[in-house]
Amino acid sequence: MYLLFLPVLIYFVIFHYWPMYGLQIAFKEYSAIRGIGGSPWTGWTHFERFYQSSQFWIIIKNTVLINVYELLVAFPIPILFALLLNQIGNERFKKTVQTITYAPHFISIVVVVGMLHIFLSPRTGMLNHLLVLFGAEPVFFMGSEGWFKSIFVFSGVWQNMGWSSIVYVAALSGVNPDMHEAAVMDGASKLQRIMRIDLPSIQPIIVILLIMNIGSFMSVGFEKIYLMQNALNLDASEVIQTYVYKTGLLGAQFSYSTAIGLVNAVINFMLLAAVNQVAKKYKQTSLW
Amino acid sequence: MNAKQRVGSDKIFDVLNLFIMLLILLSVAYPLYFIVIASVSNPDQVSSGNVLLLPRHVTFEGYIRLFADAGLWLGYLNSIQYAVIGTLLSTSLTLCGGYVLSRHDLDGRSILSLFVVLTMFFSGGIIPTYLVVKDLGMTNTMWALIIPNAVSAFHLIIARTFFETNIPKELLEASQVEGSSDFRFFTRIVLPLSRPIIAVLALFSIASLWNSYFPALIYLRDRSLYPLQLILREMLIMNEVQQGAAIDADDLADMQRLAGLMKNAVIIVSSLPMLMIYPFVQKHFVKGMMIGSIKN
Repeated sequence: MYLLFLPVLIYFVIFHYWPMYGLQIAFKEYSAIRGIGGSPWTGWTHFERFYQSSQFWIIIKNTVLINVYELLVAFPIPILFALLLNQIGNERFKKTVQTITYAPHFISIVVVVGMLHIFLSPRTGMLNHLLVLFGAEPVFFMGSEGWFKSIFVFSGVWQNMGWSSIVYVAALSGVNPDMHEAAVMDGASKLQRIMRIDLPSIQPIIVILLIMNIGSFMSVGFEKIYLMQNALNLDASEVIQTYVYKTGLLGAQFSYSTAIGLVNAVINFMLLAAVNQVAKKYKQTSLW
Repeated sequence: MNAKQRVGSDKIFDVLNLFIMLLILLSVAYPLYFIVIASVSNPDQVSSGNVLLLPRHVTFEGYIRLFADAGLWLGYLNSIQYAVIGTLLSTSLTLCGGYVLSRHDLDGRSILSLFVVLTMFFSGGIIPTYLVVKDLGMTNTMWALIIPNAVSAFHLIIARTFFETNIPKELLEASQVEGSSDFRFFTRIVLPLSRPIIAVLALFSIASLWNSYFPALIYLRDRSLYPLQLILREMLIMNEVQQGAAIDADDLADMQRLAGLMKNAVIIVSSLPMLMIYPFVQKHFVKGMMIGSIKN
């Protein structure tokens, strides 16, 4: 039995625990020749340098804003969608809506960002044709700081709304129909039943997913952000992870960027623990 | 509220709800539909905004040009190769690992679970992981795309929960009475009963290998190894930024026309495999997502 687990064990040791050991280079001056263990210690130098860099506040601000925006918009929408979809009586229509709304999840982010360029192009894009039709000036959306965050969040909603709703739809199908029947007898409207029966029934799942979401706060979506990034929108789109990639791998400053990544991971973990505590206090659901 | 009013308000709700659903359906489906019709229309018609509901001046030039693009096809073949090998590897590892975690009679089960789950909440990050892959000599090989992401803690838990809830204990006891080994029980009894979870894990794995670009961006240098997504990135995004930023439209008209012609077609060609596979697995993955997220 243990033999069956061995490959997985080795995998996790090498690709998850070894990098954690490698995190120490955040406090060192990494040199490839001396390796992780042999590089000299530098203490908090890299952290101080990041804090004092001119980019620091821009990066922190963008990271937090994008994630808060996403949490406020992209988290509740699938819940609403699931609650409404659950009220559709016609099974075939329901199935069709599900199949189609899941589809974008299987499209790559490269293609999604490519499609954004096609639809939002200043000269040939559909949206700008529409703007011109109404007498407005065309906008170069993909090169705009002001539009960046909204485009990022709402294209994410387009891509993942259906997929994220799966869990809620499944949970809703497990709600005891007797409760609805009793409520109907008592004269409750559909809206009342959604608010009083459906929503409370899926509340534990909502809380758990919220905790998980906040646990990955500040790290999700950077691969897409990187694709959407260009010289024109950089001040609105540079986040911790993209900065880590650029300074670390493109700029070969391994120690400095590891330190920044570590800051990110620690904040993540503290947020997760905090939210979990809050959830524990008010409800019985929590991760641990 | 009396019964009549209730029926009335429910009617309004139903109509409104139907309207919202149709709106959602339209806004999700239309962009995809547009790409399809634009891919077979004359690019000038597309860029001047005349293609909205039906293709215009139908042409397959975009597709014909794509077929002649050797770089794209190499990327396509690479991606198929990575997806197949990667999926075989990660699905079998996840099944084995998940099954072991599901066995209640195993000493140290909770420690192993903790060992796995911890990685969901804390990781070394991009750079330390890169250094490990580099030290192992995997950079600039296809293994750098496959092995570092082969197993996910989340998928292990989904698999574990599936085995816990779908493989009756009595089966194991019966086979132990007969004296068959654990390995034999796993391959002969458990796996044949686990088709839904195998399908789900395989789909997740194929989709993530097919669609990811970032590991390739980090680890690969040789163009001949590039997966499809990196080629797409060049075709769809990188030259777009240059065009958008340019002020003189005339200079770029030709280049733009040529690129526009192929863009829509390449989106179809690259996304079609995934879009065709997933509906077959759909009924399983609803279940798979469900057990994974509820039970953990």
